[in-house]
Amino acid sequence: MNDMTQTHLERELKIVGTRPERPDGVDKVTGRALFGADKSLPNMLVGRVLRSPHAHAKIISIDTSKAEALKGVKAVVTREDFEDLPSEFVPNGEMVVNFKDITRNIMAREKVLYIGHTVAAVAALDAEIAEKALQLIDVQYEILPHVLEISEAEKPDAPLLHEDMFTIGVNPTPKNASNIAKRVEFGFGDVEAGFKEADLVIEREFNTKPVHQGYIEPHACLASVSEDGQAELWCSTQGPFVVRNFCTKLLGMNRSQLRVTASEIGGGFGGKTVVYLEPLALALSKKSCRPVKMVMSRAEVLTSSGPTSGANVWVKIGVKNTGEITAGECVLKYQAGAFQGAPVGPGAMCAFAPYDLKNVRAVGFDIVVNQPKVAAYRAPGGPISEYGVESVLDEIALQLNMDPIDLRLKNAAKEGTTAPYGPKLGPIGMVETLEAAKAHPHYSAPLGPNQARGIASGFWFNIGGETSSSITINEDGTVGLTLGTPDIGGSRASMAMMASEELGIPMNVIKPIIGDTNSLGFNFVTGGSRATFSTGKTVVQSTRAAIDELKKRAALLWDVDVEQVEWADGHARLVGADEPKSLSLAQLAKEAGKTGGPIVANASINATGAGPSLATHIVDVEVDKETGKVSVVRYTAIQDAGKAIHPSYVEGQMQGGAVQGIGWALNEEYIFNEAGEMQNTGFLDYRVPVCSDVPMIDTVIIEVPNPNHPYGVRGVGETPIIPPLAAISNAVSRATNLRFNELPLSPPKVLSRIAKG
Amino acid sequence: MAKKHVSTTINGDEHEFLCHPQQTLLDVLRDELDLTGSKEGCATGDCGACSVLLDGRLVCSCLVLGVEAQDKNVETIEGMSSGSDLHPLQKKFIDLAALQCGICTPGVLVAAKALLARNANPSEEEVRFWLAGNLCRCTGYDKIVRAVMEVAAEARNTQ
Amino acid sequence: MDYVAPNSAQEVSQALSKEGAFALAGGTDLLVKLKTRMSVPQTVVDIKNVPRIRSIEKTGDSWWIGAATPCAEISEHADFAKDWPGVVEALSLIGSTQIQGRASLGGNLCNASPAADSVPALIAARTTCVISGESGEREVPVESIVQSPGKTSLKQGEFIVGFRLPLSANKSGDAYLRLIPRTEMDIAVVGAGVALSLDTSGKIAAIRIALGAVAPTQVVLSGLEDLCVGKEPNNDLIEKLVAIAEDACKPIDDKRGTVEYRKTIAGVLTKRAFSIALDRAKN
Repeated sequence: MNDMTQTHLERELKIVGTRPERPDGVDKVTGRALFGADKSLPNMLVGRVLRSPHAHAKIISIDTSKAEALKGVKAVVTREDFEDLPSEFVPNGEMVVNFKDITRNIMAREKVLYIGHTVAAVAALDAEIAEKALQLIDVQYEILPHVLEISEAEKPDAPLLHEDMFTIGVNPTPKNASNIAKRVEFGFGDVEAGFKEADLVIEREFNTKPVHQGYIEPHACLASVSEDGQAELWCSTQGPFVVRNFCTKLLGMNRSQLRVTASEIGGGFGGKTVVYLEPLALALSKKSCRPVKMVMSRAEVLTSSGPTSGANVWVKIGVKNTGEITAGECVLKYQAGAFQGAPVGPGAMCAFAPYDLKNVRAVGFDIVVNQPKVAAYRAPGGPISEYGVESVLDEIALQLNMDPIDLRLKNAAKEGTTAPYGPKLGPIGMVETLEAAKAHPHYSAPLGPNQARGIASGFWFNIGGETSSSITINEDGTVGLTLGTPDIGGSRASMAMMASEELGIPMNVIKPIIGDTNSLGFNFVTGGSRATFSTGKTVVQSTRAAIDELKKRAALLWDVDVEQVEWADGHARLVGADEPKSLSLAQLAKEAGKTGGPIVANASINATGAGPSLATHIVDVEVDKETGKVSVVRYTAIQDAGKAIHPSYVEGQMQGGAVQGIGWALNEEYIFNEAGEMQNTGFLDYRVPVCSDVPMIDTVIIEVPNPNHPYGVRGVGETPIIPPLAAISNAVSRATNLRFNELPLSPPKVLSRIAKG
Repeated sequence: MAKKHVSTTINGDEHEFLCHPQQTLLDVLRDELDLTGSKEGCATGDCGACSVLLDGRLVCSCLVLGVEAQDKNVETIEGMSSGSDLHPLQKKFIDLAALQCGICTPGVLVAAKALLARNANPSEEEVRFWLAGNLCRCTGYDKIVRAVMEVAAEARNTQ
Repeated sequence: MDYVAPNSAQEVSQALSKEGAFALAGGTDLLVKLKTRMSVPQTVVDIKNVPRIRSIEKTGDSWWIGAATPCAEISEHADFAKDWPGVVEALSLIGSTQIQGRASLGGNLCNASPAADSVPALIAARTTCVISGESGEREVPVESIVQSPGKTSLKQGEFIVGFRLPLSANKSGDAYLRLIPRTEMDIAVVGAGVALSLDTSGKIAAIRIALGAVAPTQVVLSGLEDLCVGKEPNNDLIEKLVAIAEDACKPIDDKRGTVEYRKTIAGVLTKRAFSIALDRAKN
């Protein structure tokens, strides 16, 4: 495709790869930026949600009459206000969703399936009245036995969450319903034969707990439905188009009836790719014909929005004494929460993907339990399976007395390697990250007492998907960019940089905004590390289309053939003429009215060719062997970005992902009591890392360009959360001369393992 | 219960407002005065996104009642820049990409300003412990800590 | 809910003697309870306008710390911090910088959590508290206040005005340590406060140790005078203290730690806090 040529190979880059100020920077440091809860409308109501106090129960009846009669209550909605939807699976990035389940998750129908499951919602004049109204709603339940753990849920006699769930992916389909929604398998070769060839075979079982994305901004939205059914929705989301599609489907509306505008988003990490409050606010607004604002409390975020799976992981790896892997096998059991859709597919696909294996098999099970339905979380499924594989590799390296980086280098996937999930890999940076790790001063730095070093690698696919954006050349030669993927960590900067590079004009005359759902064609979410890759492709494509148009306009003004016009440094230049001529972008823009009207361009694509991003992390930990407390004392993250458009924000992704991984490894977990009630529903006991918990996170950006992007971009957001789990576990194992097979490595667990010896 | 009348100073301006006794200062700032720069991430004092200065002391505005602001001096993120001049911390946060999503940024900036007012030469450890009550889920804190330390160093050099 | 902020101890007591009245000092616990509806007060009585309730003074043979003085102000008081470094360590651990700007010793004590960080250190330091009520003032040891989680021995209408600590003696030292999973922002899994003094020959002259988060209330280790006074502070003695600390624990399993873990850590922290206090006493 001519318009997507490899710019990075063509010419020296002036903007791409530098570190300019982000366009939304001032708004963000002055408190001016408007997030989900920051907008209000005249005549607005406040919405609140009644949530299930039971982990599993049949809803016998819901009586809302007293709540409706309360003064100041303007609308109450329950299951009666949402049409039932048939089973329909729809891909949603790396995840799959089913509308039959979504409608039941946003509002319980036959049963409640977890504590915190929505049962009713109220809109009232203020929060106090709304909360009083919730207490007046009479729900009669028939309590059913519940099941929280995978090991219990998979038993044939376990309490069933869904009586119509028959495991998919098993031939023949089982006759009996179970909590196992799905079985997946990836791989090739003959693993049994591979294990026979091995000099050393290690198999281990690992367990991880559900963990939450922990975005600091709770879910929030503001809906306004008018008497004629036209609706506006303002919300904090990674994907306004996906929100529109979900909400219109759930509410029986046409897409044109609902315009969704994404607010600034206060973190998402995958968790804001689905809907919770949005359809409720719309339904309440529709009923009351007044704007309705809804904001979750932190406790609601934890109990009622989706964390990622807790899991049981079994890994078996065989190697020759040389370190060559002869076979790798894993069985992954991921809990999905109350509805199917655990990210076990991607977990199984990438478990062994950093390596070039002849014999590999990864089997996964998607298991429902009475916990909140999981949502995507940064590289969904990847950290869990790769934690198991990378831990076993570390043990193998120790037993072979081999450097753990050398072991990985010996088996590293390269261009042409067949990935365990099927395709041949293009150019990837596994070898480069490992070599950079080995050469990094951190890797050979001396360690203090009770300290040890761990390393681990990570693989993530990254995705493309449907994307649309547009460019407008303003009358004075400045530029507007309208983008459809919410800016979650600086993407407006990278998009403006790419347009600036293409046009040859300063970045600060380009204004990038996130458009609403009426301003562009469909955009899939900001997720799957796709924004800089996919939206970047559309920006380059539309900018090049605008340049083509500018060249035409110049040709018209000069009365020459367009082939005689080239574009460089923000100017159209006449080539091959006796007298050099040039017109700046501003001059051309000024004349646009005379040369055919406004200059705009749009690019709408289904982006393909996302490049996998590989990483290797090095961590030093110190273990207090008397208390079991683990401190991270040094950390280095090395990752192949393909091309870092704005290196500061690439580093930021690497650092932020590493620290989320540190939290997952050390202290984050959902803790339930026997009744299925989450015990740690605030940041006090759901322990995300605080500033004093972590050291500086050193970064090394490797650039092995992705040939499918004009600047070589791969996408970097997700991979960095993968290596920390195993890197830290491996370091703790080495510090104590014991193996650790369970996360989180919280002080009581570490001390108990040390005591066992 | 009837609303209470409160007179207070916010970012140097005198304000009067009516609030329910149970409304927090954060509720008042956001819902009554439209000062939405202070954010609510938890409402229980665990995230620091609502950080403000109350008579010069760094507090979580979610843990202060609105009525307690009577005769007090409240400083929020909206008062950090003066005219079109950003505070050096604000500038540095943009320069060093010390923010990603930006939801924690107002609270972090208010807290960092309070630190530098007290300690012109904070060590990395002092910065980290001072900011331990400001959760950031995006940055891993690295660039935030660097930005605060650089501003402190530059302020020392220009003195 | 109503809010009042009287200017005298008398008026505060009157306001607090009404049904459903709650005292507000720094509010860092009370406002969380309001938000989560764990408390539904009729009236919040702001006690911060009472004289001396926000002050730090050295008076004759003792320190006065007003019950509503924010912890940040206490730890900034160099002379007090020099006298009672362990107490200051303990109260500095109550929450973040933001919490420190509001949280107070009176609130930390009256919240009646077994995990309150300042309380073991105050008990070890033989702190008393001055209670004001409708019938005047009384002064009791800090350890007599917490009865069970969330419950104090204060009568209706009573509130704590301030704390009295002795001036620190020569050759004395105190220390407080707690274990939390992170480095900040957590509730103590176990806390240990130690205060001791040495005689001229370097033997122990007095010692007090209190533990937090290992039983429904803070635990004061008993039998220490007999075991320690007149003895060399050596490893043998420390091991005995560790055993006493472990035995004194009656913890529960909860989201923050197990029974077994808490017992072990009580011993470890006792040992470590003892060593710090000892070093301070020597210097």
